[in-house]
Amino acid sequence: MELKEKLISSFMAFEERVDVNDSLHDVRINAMKNFETNGFPTKKEENWKYTSLNSVLKNDFSVFPKNENTIQYSDVKKYYLHEIDTYKVVFVDGVFSSFLSSTTHDGIDVCLMASALTKPKYKMIIDTYFNQIAQKDDSLTSLNTAFAMEGAYINIPKNKVADKPIEIINFSTGTEAALLVQPRNLIIVGENSHVQIIERHQSLNSNPVLTNSVTEIFAAKRAIVDYYKIQNDNIEASLIDNTYIAQKQQSNVSVHTFSFGGNITRNNLNFYHQGEHIESTLKGITILEGKQHVDHHTLVQHATPNCESHQNYKTILGESSTGVFNGKIFVEKEAQKTDAFQQNNNILLSDKATINAKPQLEIFADDVKCSHGCTIGQLDETAMFYMQSRGIPKKEAKALLMYAFSNDVIQSIKIPELKARITKIIATKLGVNMGFDL
Amino acid sequence: MLKITNLHASIEDKEILKGINLEIKAGEVHAIMGPNGSGKSTLSAVIAGNETYTVTEGAVYLEDEDLADLAPEERAHKGVFLSFQYPVEIPGVSVTNFMKTAINENRKANGKADMPANEMLKLIREKSELLEIDRKFLSRSLNEGFSGGEKKRNEIFQMAMLEPKIAILDETDSGLDIDALRIVANGVNKLKSENNAVLIITHYQRLLDYIVPDFVHVLYDGKIVKSGGKELAHELEERGYDWIKAEN
Repeated sequence: MELKEKLISSFMAFEERVDVNDSLHDVRINAMKNFETNGFPTKKEENWKYTSLNSVLKNDFSVFPKNENTIQYSDVKKYYLHEIDTYKVVFVDGVFSSFLSSTTHDGIDVCLMASALTKPKYKMIIDTYFNQIAQKDDSLTSLNTAFAMEGAYINIPKNKVADKPIEIINFSTGTEAALLVQPRNLIIVGENSHVQIIERHQSLNSNPVLTNSVTEIFAAKRAIVDYYKIQNDNIEASLIDNTYIAQKQQSNVSVHTFSFGGNITRNNLNFYHQGEHIESTLKGITILEGKQHVDHHTLVQHATPNCESHQNYKTILGESSTGVFNGKIFVEKEAQKTDAFQQNNNILLSDKATINAKPQLEIFADDVKCSHGCTIGQLDETAMFYMQSRGIPKKEAKALLMYAFSNDVIQSIKIPELKARITKIIATKLGVNMGFDL
Repeated sequence: MLKITNLHASIEDKEILKGINLEIKAGEVHAIMGPNGSGKSTLSAVIAGNETYTVTEGAVYLEDEDLADLAPEERAHKGVFLSFQYPVEIPGVSVTNFMKTAINENRKANGKADMPANEMLKLIREKSELLEIDRKFLSRSLNEGFSGGEKKRNEIFQMAMLEPKIAILDETDSGLDIDALRIVANGVNKLKSENNAVLIITHYQRLLDYIVPDFVHVLYDGKIVKSGGKELAHELEERGYDWIKAEN
């Protein structure tokens, strides 16, 4: 059975399990209808021109895991930011693991989407926020909406600073031959509040996994949200990440995406401005090898005056890996005095590596500052020679240069332990030990 | 120490060096002068092993060892040092960390263990004082936002740290004000010994007032066309290079 058919029949079974009187019922039905009509995206669609899911979709994915699997904290500790205390919302094969998590309701809510979707006390919040900014005509987002149940629910009321970072970790254990998981996260950050979130997907063996994740983030007036995505999964794991962010006036939201692993990774990162003096930051480091593929599609919808957006994406592609950067900045007519900047630098280490870079600026206001810069090049030979002439071997010299290339993005990580972790992952990936913390 | 015999080198089939012969003994300072485009920087790059150039004939020996098959880092491990005319900026890597990496890679190649941290700190302090380098400077990203003078001082600081057998200073005086020039020259003079040698590549005689060469060679059109003592540098300063061109 094709995956699409399997999903349609699974949906009927799923619908029977969830409360049909629920107000979400219509939302799910409509979402499923949209998925049925549009199906999985193909390369014929402009937005998917350079990314094909065909090789992934041919796997016989289980939609609901049949076996429950427990994992020991000691086995997965290394995937946590264990150097510091954090809140943790952890899922194993798409199912919440209370044993591996550390949630709270003390002043802030860091808990489960499943509770928020089913318990009456959250009904008003769900009606107000759930599926409000997720793209209803996007088929993969719709598929996620139809099956939405497990995921993280984070609600920081106004005037609160979350006392520690929050980790959202999705493990897959490989007990199923192939597994499809669809986490759904809802994050609401109140006026003047501040939160730092780290999201990670990690499969623990080599069975194929496809993750189709949707995250909605609402930042109220003057809220500050720092969001970090670590994509360093193994080679059989593919990820489609759909993140939607709505910002009210004077809020400041940053998303850093570190794409080092995985088979096919697609990031759809969308920012919507709903007030003045908003700041949005989108940064990414992508380092790939083998036949890995990462596709970054960003959208910043400048709908209001006096807002800023900064984008900075660095990509290093080795061997036969492929990368895509499609950065869309949309400035509506009302969005005067917009300051939008987009930078995308790419280094190709091999003749077989490919990058498709497409800045896309659509500007309808006449008093704005919008700029973009895109470079594609090789490692600087002179710089290599400089370091070698000081006795630093080629491999280490190369690593230093790549580190230097991505340095400005690394430096903007606000959690020191995370910064150290990311540089360590990069050093490991480049196979070097520089004798100091890169 | 360094011996160059009939060295021919080209880039993309264009011959730049057309038969260079030069011998530098331990304890000596040599200067190579010449007009722009005569091949000065190519010579220094070829000695250091830059793979952009192809050696078509002849050889470079360091203490009787042919360097032909050695990568730039292997030459460095054996004691070749090149001070760059345009040092490269490496954001995010501090001067100290860069030096630690370079020192320990050199030690590793020579079968030694990493330098203990306290020894490294002592060495860095000692050598940075020699070049009148401020502590704060050492934690800055390598060459990033450095002034011309800071970059050159940093090059000589690295030379001091690595203690090469043969140091090639490629246009080290360019972009230096008189104070920086004095500091750099003073550093080089203090590092000079009976066991090492210095090759200064320069367009102007200025630096040679501070680092006095034992021999001066004039490079023109890929060949050494004239050699002499330090007075040759003064003659070039007064008369320019036109008479050299006219004679050749």
